[in-house]
Amino acid sequence: MSDSTAKSSFGMRRPGTKPGADAAGDQTDQDKDGPENDGQDGPALLDPGASVDLEEIRAELGAGQVLDDLDAELIGLEPVKSRLREIEALLLVDQLRRRFGLDTPRPNLHMSFTGSPGTGKTTVAVKMAEILHSLGYLPSSHLVTVSREDLVGQYVGHSAPKTKEVLKRAMGGVLFIDEAYALHRPDNERDYGQEVIEMLLQAMEEHRERLVVILAGYKDRMEGFFSLNPGLRSRIAHHLDFPEFDLDDLVSIGHRMLAEQGYELAPETESVFRSYLERRQTQPDFANARSVRNAIERARLRHAGRLVSAGGSIDRDALTHIFPDDLLASRVFEDED
Amino acid sequence: MITQGTFAFLPDLSDEEIEAQIRYVIQNEWSVSIERTDDPHPRNTFWELWDLPMFDLNDPAAVLAEVNACREAFPDQYIKVSAFDNRKGRETVALSFIVQTPDEEPGFTLERQSRPGRTLGYTSRPYAADRSHGERYSSR
Repeated sequence: MSDSTAKSSFGMRRPGTKPGADAAGDQTDQDKDGPENDGQDGPALLDPGASVDLEEIRAELGAGQVLDDLDAELIGLEPVKSRLREIEALLLVDQLRRRFGLDTPRPNLHMSFTGSPGTGKTTVAVKMAEILHSLGYLPSSHLVTVSREDLVGQYVGHSAPKTKEVLKRAMGGVLFIDEAYALHRPDNERDYGQEVIEMLLQAMEEHRERLVVILAGYKDRMEGFFSLNPGLRSRIAHHLDFPEFDLDDLVSIGHRMLAEQGYELAPETESVFRSYLERRQTQPDFANARSVRNAIERARLRHAGRLVSAGGSIDRDALTHIFPDDLLASRVFEDED
Repeated sequence: MITQGTFAFLPDLSDEEIEAQIRYVIQNEWSVSIERTDDPHPRNTFWELWDLPMFDLNDPAAVLAEVNACREAFPDQYIKVSAFDNRKGRETVALSFIVQTPDEEPGFTLERQSRPGRTLGYTSRPYAADRSHGERYSSR
């Protein structure tokens, strides 16, 4: 049976095994579905007298690695990072307790991320999914990002199947609901959002083992949302608040983004970039890292325009360096007399 | 006892075994649907769809939850899980297996039909079909 599978994926091939090498046994398809199953019947229980090396377990599970990456990749956000460390520590200890056969209830892992736009909520949610997966709390590390339109229907009875489909897709990973407060419209009592909230609550209870829900949004509006839906608040254990970035953070974020795109600031641009961000920060529609990204996009545009209109020969330095003019042309500097 | 689809000659699959099959299905990126019927004729290919087909799944628990919901709603019908492979050139059911059979299956009768010239036509007919749709396997 196994040799017929060489060209087609049809047939009785076991998942996770190479076609033709199926005598490997039952162990192989267990490996595929991650550490979740191992938690139950994988490693043998340890003796009460035994001791384990924390670092070893940590390296084995790989969650520390994800956190270290997060530390390196994300600038600022200290409170968030320390909360993540705490959560990771709890999950790690729980995992150890389980190895000793101690009775360990599964912790409540649903979270809410509050903070202004562009403070890294989505980025952290992606990392969260990886951490939870590597610690064995989720069967996979995928993240499904949805907002009101993906959940709330347009007529009676439309919300339930929509929400159900989203929940099914998210099953096994993290469901990230952006601007979750939009689900609830207090001014419209016939809004179909309430139905969605009820289904969410049910799923958060029923599929606790397989689904982690993260609600995200502005802090004050989320507060209002939770106060109107106390059932939701009580099911969320971790409230993470994402602080605004300060100027230094923004500058280093900008540098990182430029480096990622293969650009750098000319030495004389440094101070201009800083004062650009300083001005931009006080403007009402400032969206932290996202604004930095947009500013860089526009600077690239002007940079390219300048090079093309100047014509002549261009060297490598000219292609990679952003000069003050590229930033000074911005509208941000305009209103200064 | 009807034998339709894969694994039909094996003992009933346990939930873990069903889950393992669904995991295989998801790995292959097939879409999953759940169907039910109380017309057990082997040539009955039109089973009723339970809920909507499921796409882009990542975890078998989602399907298992639907299977259980369907079992609860129709405890005395046949339920099967089918996986549809929508790849170009394939576009067919790739795997289909029964996950619930009624407790009692009265079986089939062989009917003979006299035809001109003393020939006989044979057909099989499920005893369950004597009762009306919806009450075929309910315990009266």
